[in-house]
Amino acid sequence: MRFHLRCLSLAVLVGAGLSGPARAAETAKIGAALSMTGAAAVYGATQKAGIQLAVDEINRSGALHGLKLQAIVEDDGSTKEQGINVYQRFINRDRVSVIIGPTLSTTATAADPIAEASRVPVLAVSNTSPTGITDIGPYIWRVSLTEKQVIPGALRRARAKLGFKTAAVLYGNDDVFTKAGYDVMRSALPQQGVKILGTQTFAKSDRDYNAQLTALMALKPDVLMVSALADNGSAIVIQARQLGYKGPIMGGNGLNSPAFIKNAGPAAEGVLVGTSWNAASPDPVNQRFIAGMKARGVNPDQFSAQAYTGVYVIAEAIKLAGFKAGREDIKAGFARVKNLDTPLGRFSFTPQRDGEHEPALQQVKGGKFVILQ
Amino acid sequence: MGQQIVNGLFLGSIYALFALGYTLVFGVLDILNLAHQAVFMLCAFLALTLVSLAHLHILLALPLATVAAGLVGILVERVAFRPLRGRADSNVAGLISSLAVATIFESIALGLWGPDVSRFPLGTVPERQLHLGGAVVQELQLVIIGIAVLMVLGLTFLLQRTRLGRQIRAVAESGFAARVLGIDVDRVIALSFFISSALGGAAGVLFGLAFNSISPDVGRSVELKGLAVIIVGGMGSMPGAVIAGFGLGLVETFTVARFGSSYRDAVAFAVLFLVLLVRPRGLLGQAATRVA
Repeated sequence: MRFHLRCLSLAVLVGAGLSGPARAAETAKIGAALSMTGAAAVYGATQKAGIQLAVDEINRSGALHGLKLQAIVEDDGSTKEQGINVYQRFINRDRVSVIIGPTLSTTATAADPIAEASRVPVLAVSNTSPTGITDIGPYIWRVSLTEKQVIPGALRRARAKLGFKTAAVLYGNDDVFTKAGYDVMRSALPQQGVKILGTQTFAKSDRDYNAQLTALMALKPDVLMVSALADNGSAIVIQARQLGYKGPIMGGNGLNSPAFIKNAGPAAEGVLVGTSWNAASPDPVNQRFIAGMKARGVNPDQFSAQAYTGVYVIAEAIKLAGFKAGREDIKAGFARVKNLDTPLGRFSFTPQRDGEHEPALQQVKGGKFVILQ
Repeated sequence: MGQQIVNGLFLGSIYALFALGYTLVFGVLDILNLAHQAVFMLCAFLALTLVSLAHLHILLALPLATVAAGLVGILVERVAFRPLRGRADSNVAGLISSLAVATIFESIALGLWGPDVSRFPLGTVPERQLHLGGAVVQELQLVIIGIAVLMVLGLTFLLQRTRLGRQIRAVAESGFAARVLGIDVDRVIALSFFISSALGGAAGVLFGLAFNSISPDVGRSVELKGLAVIIVGGMGSMPGAVIAGFGLGLVETFTVARFGSSYRDAVAFAVLFLVLLVRPRGLLGQAATRVA
């Protein structure tokens, strides 16, 4: 009996091994670990919409020669623990070809090593921490520009327009992403001749920032730099304006979200944010993306544009690998993606597997982000 | 510096408001009601719904939500505390069951209002400001500080001068003796929960108005501070909670101004330790008799 059972399980194993690649030829499963709840929930919903739109477009176009994409979206809860669980489900149960996500860099630093160890390619579409993501290993790739790429470019443009000489910085020190944004500000500001007068911190769970803002405003900076997630950012901007701060406010990537404008209301007016996605770009690929999102009743933003681009980069990789969607095929295909036309512009990977394209600067005007040329 | 005093007083009034209800129940029952922060959150969401969906004026929504919070408090007492009363381990068991109630309330809020941070619609409260010698004060902040002071005075009056207050104090002293004297102990405890939760709920609405961010986990950001406040103030002491609340707000604010925000909680809690070393029963805590 025991022999029988072992025989059976062996047969099952062999069967799974054989049928695995055969099935992959028909559908390529993409596991997307997105923050549908928790601190980053505002980003997860729009990322999901971007992924779904791209998958539907590609499947309808038949560009992959009959091979269909299937997106499996799971909630990473904005936490490391749940992110790891979702990854294990993707890798072992759903047996996906490639993983998109997770939404937050903090989660990625914990979950990505699992995919790396299991040799499953990961494409990060919103992680912007300069370190700790793609340096995990050769299976981790990313679409999103790092704060290191966006902030200096946006800062240069903002300085040329406003001519500020001094800055005060407020950042969240218990999150990899907002801390990374601060690290870039700390080095980019002096490099461009802007003196940092003072720095204050807050925690993700904080709601009151009056003390920090009062201390910073007493230094009379020309510009207030804020590295925060959208939820904290909107409250920070409101409280800064209530305290009577009249100068310009420039944010890190976290403020780059319609949710920030919605919650901050009139206080958001004039806030400057660097962005990887130039919403005003007349490029037809970009316009098609915007129209597609609006047709689904979703407001397109940077996060959905990056998620959308991520799926197209995966499709391109499958194409370059000879329409094969195995885990190794997609990884090999990524390495050959070059100058792909996307809503973000012409997209390539750097030798370090990070995304590369031109960043832009935008400002809140009349409740919307407007690109400053 | 003037601005930081305003910031500290304002933050302190929020802590004090939250801690008042907390300490009232502790004074009467010797039980920490860990569902207090969930009622705080639930009431804020309720007022938000009344304002944004039913289009009620905030001056109407605030008292309605406050009364609702009080009723929720009675429910909490009925479900989580009364069945356990009289058991030898009722203190610990009540603590755990109130934790369960808090979890249930948070899940309900998560289901009803979602995980995102919500805010009251723009213009719910007039955004007028006063300038006091270089410091900017929001009208709302003054109102909140005023409400905190009024509630303390009102509660003190209620406890010291009214029949219900005397009954509450009698139950706090000894439930058994109160029952012998003919006091309906269950009713007095239920009423204490009503008052406590109404206070906590009002604090939640004012918190939501002041900081423009309400989420299912919003109560947790004040829970620990509220606990610290009632310990330092002297468990069960009403004026102690108020003094400690304002004290904590000021200490936190000045730590940020002086040493930077990274040291805020470290310095604030170090001060709490020092206070407890010097006065183990807290600022106004008493040895044998509790001031409910």
